[in-house]
Amino acid sequence: MPLPPLPESAIVIGAEAETWRDAVRIAGSALESSGAARAGYAEEMIRMIEEHGPYVVIAPGLALAHARPGPDVLRDGLAVVTLSTPVAFGHPHNDPVRVVLALAIRSIEGHLESIAELANVFNDASAIPAIATAPDAAAVIAIMGSE
Amino acid sequence: MKIVAICGAGIGSSGILKVNTERVLKKLGLEAVVTAADIASVKSAAADAQVILTSAEFVEAIGKTFADVIVIENYFDQNELESKLQKSLG
Repeated sequence: MPLPPLPESAIVIGAEAETWRDAVRIAGSALESSGAARAGYAEEMIRMIEEHGPYVVIAPGLALAHARPGPDVLRDGLAVVTLSTPVAFGHPHNDPVRVVLALAIRSIEGHLESIAELANVFNDASAIPAIATAPDAAAVIAIMGSE
Repeated sequence: MKIVAICGAGIGSSGILKVNTERVLKKLGLEAVVTAADIASVKSAAADAQVILTSAEFVEAIGKTFADVIVIENYFDQNELESKLQKSLG
């Protein structure tokens, strides 16, 4: 199973975010732009982090923001936001964050195969710095290996 | 053997941990059932698990358990996962 769809409309290069909340909101807007989620999904992603802490920063410089499947998810989708200035999420090891991925999935069943594809991309340690410095959306799509 | 990966929603980061743990186990020639679950269901999901993989934020919420709780820092670093799993299982 391929990655969830990552159209150019879901990619923001060099975004300005003052706080981790801003960064997650930009990623939520990107999911909204691509038609994957409604506006409310961004606040759901923020609530997950407020509730459980900055565990979404799963690797140095990378946050994987997501909430649960629900009415704010319109279809499976991925968004990528690169930050012009890295922001701290409060993670003890992996701050500051330069790349925010946002994931929206419609149902839990069957999504692990597409998560496996994320592991295929990011198990290569060069992927995060390459995305962080990508000049445009097409370059991000090329690194992520999605259509 | 049963290994459970725990995160907030049971869909994103725990899914990545599950996938990478399966890869490391295969490399080590070990057999285990690896599942992903959310923190709210940890008591039932991990009741018979030998190992729980998670982030530092969830250790307190996981609470008392017979399982070995392993904290992973970089979810994409298979070397970290391999050495921590080996230490726990060896």
